[in-house]
Amino acid sequence: MQPLPPRRPQHQRRGVPLRRLRSWLRIARVLLLSQYALMLEYRAEILLWALSGLMPLLMLSLWSKAGVSAASGLNPMALARYFLSAFVVRQFTVVWVVHAFEEDNLLGRLSPYLLQPLPLIWRYVAAHVAEQATRLPFVAAMVGLVLLAMPAAAWLPSPTTFLLALLATHLAFWINFLLQFAITMLCFWSERASALERLLYIPYLFLSGLVAPLEVFPPAVRNFALHTPFPSMLYFPARLLSGESVDLGAGFGAMAAWLALLVPINLLLWRAGVRRYAALGA
Amino acid sequence: MDPIERQSHAGEPHSARVRSLAASATTAKSFGHQPIRRHWRSLGRFWSTALAGEMEYQANLLIELLAVGGNLAGSLFTLSLFFGHGQLLGGWSWNEALVVLGLHTLLDGFAGTLLRPNLGNLVKQVQSGTLDFVLLKPIDSQFWLSLRSFSPWGLPEMAVGLVLVLVGASRSGARADGVTVATALLMLASGLAILYSLWFVLAATSIWFVKVWNATEVLRSVLAAGRYPLSAYPPALRLVFTTVLPVAFLTTVPAQAILGIAQPRWLVASVVVALVSLVGCRAFWRLALRHYTSASS
Repeated sequence: MQPLPPRRPQHQRRGVPLRRLRSWLRIARVLLLSQYALMLEYRAEILLWALSGLMPLLMLSLWSKAGVSAASGLNPMALARYFLSAFVVRQFTVVWVVHAFEEDNLLGRLSPYLLQPLPLIWRYVAAHVAEQATRLPFVAAMVGLVLLAMPAAAWLPSPTTFLLALLATHLAFWINFLLQFAITMLCFWSERASALERLLYIPYLFLSGLVAPLEVFPPAVRNFALHTPFPSMLYFPARLLSGESVDLGAGFGAMAAWLALLVPINLLLWRAGVRRYAALGA
Repeated sequence: MDPIERQSHAGEPHSARVRSLAASATTAKSFGHQPIRRHWRSLGRFWSTALAGEMEYQANLLIELLAVGGNLAGSLFTLSLFFGHGQLLGGWSWNEALVVLGLHTLLDGFAGTLLRPNLGNLVKQVQSGTLDFVLLKPIDSQFWLSLRSFSPWGLPEMAVGLVLVLVGASRSGARADGVTVATALLMLASGLAILYSLWFVLAATSIWFVKVWNATEVLRSVLAAGRYPLSAYPPALRLVFTTVLPVAFLTTVPAQAILGIAQPRWLVASVVVALVSLVGCRAFWRLALRHYTSASS
């Protein structure tokens, strides 16, 4: 057995803030690049996952039939842009951390991860971001195909809108991620955490704006939906990206509020869960 | 190396033996003298043991009931959005569209009860190499792989689907005479056969591609198109859903049969597609087995 390298003394490890920042950046870069290489290896599988998110395009084909949209007082072009944007936003906010964590837990990979001087959550965040980068060409190709079929719906958002939509989509990803991570932490207590995730998907499916834009909801249902986190997870960024007018303050405000609620919940659950964790065989 | 392994001459690898045994197990008439009764008896054992195993997880029932309830409410709500202003959905009334939605729910429950547990297992068995043991059993391998497991948790969804179909049919004034019921049952059986064949062929491609589990997710997301009647889609998609992916024969045609508005040529087409896909999936399995090279080779 190799002798362990001598531990550096405490004061030297702390370092000045600038040096710590630099080391964090290096960790982030290495983590993202290695996860990206890993995801590229599975690009065929990721293509299939991207294809399984066709729901908004199916709904678009239903809504675009003459009569349906006209009767609801919607502009067909705006509707097409909305669903196309919803498709894109959904592609970049898909979260699967509960399944990855469950597998790591089951196969006993969790213990070595927990020993590393890096909070576990960043490993999964990096995996998700890398997966989104792998998805990018597939999503671009699919959007291109749809626009070929209906060239009249093509639009170019202004640079400001585009950057704001990018930010909103990334924040929506974080809300998705933290909501699912809170459920993931229940893996420490129960073996059925992924079943709970299935239950969470049902209100998301119907209230997030994936099946229809919130404007066509009856007022009571729309009001109810706006009090849940689900519209922030898809409807708001999609509407922003489609170039419709949105209340920026209210939209980003709701996102900030949900994040402010989810971050402490996740921290509490994580600390309690790790304390409960007993490694495989214990 | 065990003696039997050494007996087989050097040119014949392990995989070839598995393959030839597998071929004989699929093609040979079962060597019991009453093959059908033997299969029925096996099926009884399969499902009673599977049920006993699933009963370990009774908390699943609560989760399933919540999921079925939530899905039902959400699907009805989404469907109601299309009927908000008194218009029809592709010429279908609300009650008639309920029959289509009910059939989709019923088929989804069927997939959860039989297709997902069994054919999901097929993919896993190819991955872990335990398919060899299945192929060596003295029973038809497709029969074993398709029906070995049974999950009771899809049953509530099937029940909800059936209720939706009955409510929709009775409220749209469908007649329940012998001919209608017989045609409806025949169309439903065709739909089930087509759905099974699609799943089985997709799962069987794991012999070549190994990791195909999420291909079934793609299939599932496309089949979600069957929640709504075919005529609600634009013409190009309608063509795709009848010829490339026969979604039309899964829900729309059976719904028309239930409502008594089906055209004879669609009924005939449905039966033909069902027979072709059953024969096709059987032939595909034989082809897959011929290409199967076992786990370690």
